Amino acid sequence: MDSATAWRVDPCELVGAPEELRAAGAGRGSPSIIHLAGVRKAFRAGGREVLALDGIDLDIAEGELVCLLGPSGCGKSTLLNAIAGFSPPTSGTLLANGRPVTGPGPDRAMVFQEYALFPWMTVEANVAFGLEIKGEPPAAIRERVASLLGQLGLTEFRDRFPKDLSGGMRQRVAIARVLAIDPPMLLMDEPFGALDALTRRNLQDELLRIWARLRKTIVFVTHGIEEAIYLADRVVVMTYRPGRVKRLVPVELPRPRDTASPEFNRLKREVSALVMEEQARHEQAERGATAS
Amino acid sequence: MTRPERLARSVVVPALALLVWEALSRAGKVSPVILPAPSQVLVRWWQYLLPLEPYDASKLGRIAWLFSGELPQDALGSLYRVVVGFLIGGGLALPLGLFMGRIPLVHDLLNPVLEIVRPIPPIAFIPLSILWFGLGDPPALFLIALGSFFPVLVNTVAGVRNVDAIYIRAAQNLGAGEVTLFRRVILPAAMPYILTGVRVGIGVAFIVVIVAEMTAVNKGLGYRILEAREFMWSDKIIAGMVTIGFCGLGIDFFMNRLNRWLLRWHRGLSDHA
Repeated sequence: MDSATAWRVDPCELVGAPEELRAAGAGRGSPSIIHLAGVRKAFRAGGREVLALDGIDLDIAEGELVCLLGPSGCGKSTLLNAIAGFSPPTSGTLLANGRPVTGPGPDRAMVFQEYALFPWMTVEANVAFGLEIKGEPPAAIRERVASLLGQLGLTEFRDRFPKDLSGGMRQRVAIARVLAIDPPMLLMDEPFGALDALTRRNLQDELLRIWARLRKTIVFVTHGIEEAIYLADRVVVMTYRPGRVKRLVPVELPRPRDTASPEFNRLKREVSALVMEEQARHEQAERGATAS
Repeated sequence: MTRPERLARSVVVPALALLVWEALSRAGKVSPVILPAPSQVLVRWWQYLLPLEPYDASKLGRIAWLFSGELPQDALGSLYRVVVGFLIGGGLALPLGLFMGRIPLVHDLLNPVLEIVRPIPPIAFIPLSILWFGLGDPPALFLIALGSFFPVLVNTVAGVRNVDAIYIRAAQNLGAGEVTLFRRVILPAAMPYILTGVRVGIGVAFIVVIVAEMTAVNKGLGYRILEAREFMWSDKIIAGMVTIGFCGLGIDFFMNRLNRWLLRWHRGLSDHA
């Protein structure tokens, strides 16, 4: 399948500042920023070898927003962790920005599933952390942190500790923390999974705004079918163990997407059918495991 | 419940106990040598507290004079040993615990030795400590350092090993090297455990200081209690014991404050602040 053309979106139809969006769209003709070929990942679990990923071929273009979708156990988080450099693939090629991935790095900043904010740091200190590691001058750090907190509506919470924030606010801080170091790629591991529906929609819109403005490449892991279609240029539907790419589904709906529109729902039915096939395999496997 | 009410509740039992004790002593039911009346202990405590000589501006400043009595000198001596001994023991245990918790090789190399030494009570080291360090402060400091070393070490190792891997991943993902990781992630994340170790360590240091002072020094609360026994001054013994109790309470109060401030970010602490 020709993935370079399948996901094309007319940038003029996107929300937000049209100039920036057109530019963002134009950038997507460029070669892939993340390249996976024949990626395989095996784990040892309970004396048995479990094949988590098998033969993953995927190219993600610069500035693209890709959602990895599938039931639990499909290896979507494993794939993201491999790209992040936390657990390298057993075999296969994995390039980020043309270089082989050998470990975690600030060019691929991760927003985690759980709240991985440092609980002993205030909001401000969390956001400043990456910049301090880079060794930026204090004045520049202060300025950048203040600007990010402003953009994400966090200014009045800057002296709070994470425990005193709501789930939605914490994930805003987590986003601000990775945006601070201005990474070309954002990896997001079910970042909104634990939030209530309204907060989630709010943060999805916020993410789309940020993406449109900053032209980051985003790889977003989710098991929410609607979330994937709402956000993505392309949805990568994955199979249950071993994780393979089942289907690449381009989403060509204009943004902001109307989740109630017939086109959206047609796509949702199509993707649901694919995901539910895998969910059924997942459940069957679990029943098999308990029976034996 | 209001504060005064709670305060009133907390003094009921001690006040009753003191009254009964006082009544028994006054009725002549117990010998004052075996168990002196609380009032007698209080008088003795006061004498023990007062400066030995009248105030003379040419020799001492007013503050120094106020603290020139036997009790303040003993209490300061004991506290000094606790603090210095603990700083030596804890100061060695903290970095060692951090390395042992983080680096499996260091853990595997040192753990067997430490596990053998750990169950030996510091008291059992008294004879050796005197042989090694002679008399006076050094053997006492050695024993206190030894006693506070292990609680801090064990808790630090546990704290480092229990640091949620997600914090380490997040920090590495943001570009943190090993030094930054240690200083800004592992150390604060392990802090609740470390502070527990510090509290236990100080508790042990307090036990050890009293015993150590009974053997090799000529000042301090432990020494004074033993000295009082020689003269059958049981009122002074109890006065010394009560002073030890209050010193412990003071240290605990201070540690509580420090705990609360250092862990102000921690879930579940702010609720009963």
